[in-house]
Amino acid sequence: MTEFTPVASTIGGILIGLSAVLLMAWEGRIAGISGISSRLLPPYADGAFLSRLGFVLGLVAAPLIYLLATGTEVVQAVSSNLPLMTVAGLLVGFGSVYGNGCTSGHGVCGLSRLSLRSLVATVTFMVTAIATVFVVRHIAGA
Amino acid sequence: MSFVVNLALGLLFGIGLVVSGMSDPAKVLNFLDLFGTWDPSLAFVMGGAVITAFFGYRLVLKREKPVAAASFHLPAGSAIDSRILVGPAIFGIGWGLGGFCPGPALTAVTLGATGTYAFLPMMFVGMWLARTATAGRVAVAT
Repeated sequence: MTEFTPVASTIGGILIGLSAVLLMAWEGRIAGISGISSRLLPPYADGAFLSRLGFVLGLVAAPLIYLLATGTEVVQAVSSNLPLMTVAGLLVGFGSVYGNGCTSGHGVCGLSRLSLRSLVATVTFMVTAIATVFVVRHIAGA
Repeated sequence: MSFVVNLALGLLFGIGLVVSGMSDPAKVLNFLDLFGTWDPSLAFVMGGAVITAFFGYRLVLKREKPVAAASFHLPAGSAIDSRILVGPAIFGIGWGLGGFCPGPALTAVTLGATGTYAFLPMMFVGMWLARTATAGRVAVAT
């Protein structure tokens, strides 16, 4: 069980949306994390490497700044099943780039731009993710 | 300058992930577990982010150009091809296995879970494979 947190989750969502809006205002790009992080790998098609590196380092530093600001340690329950996490990482990396976006690029930025492609993508990954959790938890019984 | 702005925006995005609970795979997996320990919180994350970006993008895109670039880089494609189904389908399976999508996985770097260190390098391998597989074809930025 995890606690239902509608207020904190809405506030967090607004911060994510605000970041996406400000990135568009600053350099006119979509705040898609798979797009930003995958373009840290070569080949480099444009001169935005440092921008992308900055954005990714900001994500990495967020829990530390949150701890400094609030005194609260960020808690994450990450599976310690290493083969499972290895496969999960490979699928998330491949699928997000092959489909041109993930939860942020399609789910947040695409939906708010009323993009049909992003709607199709979001519905598709929601369906396969829900089906995967169903199989893992209720059929395989893990 | 763009590095610093992007660092701040990545930080804002990451704090949003942390505050909302989206950075915690346990919360993500419970959100996806409709038929078990369902935690609807992440619907509020998406809601808060999409509504903020919906109105924010409208304001920003009224401008002629972004502050630090010559033009807005908006995804131009609208075709529903196989990639927009296959990519998200694969991404969703990985998301459902590990509870991590790219943003939350990056916020986990400093938190020390071994599962994170299995996931993240493979995520970048998957991204690289997808970029290689799609090289030469027109990929729309996200």
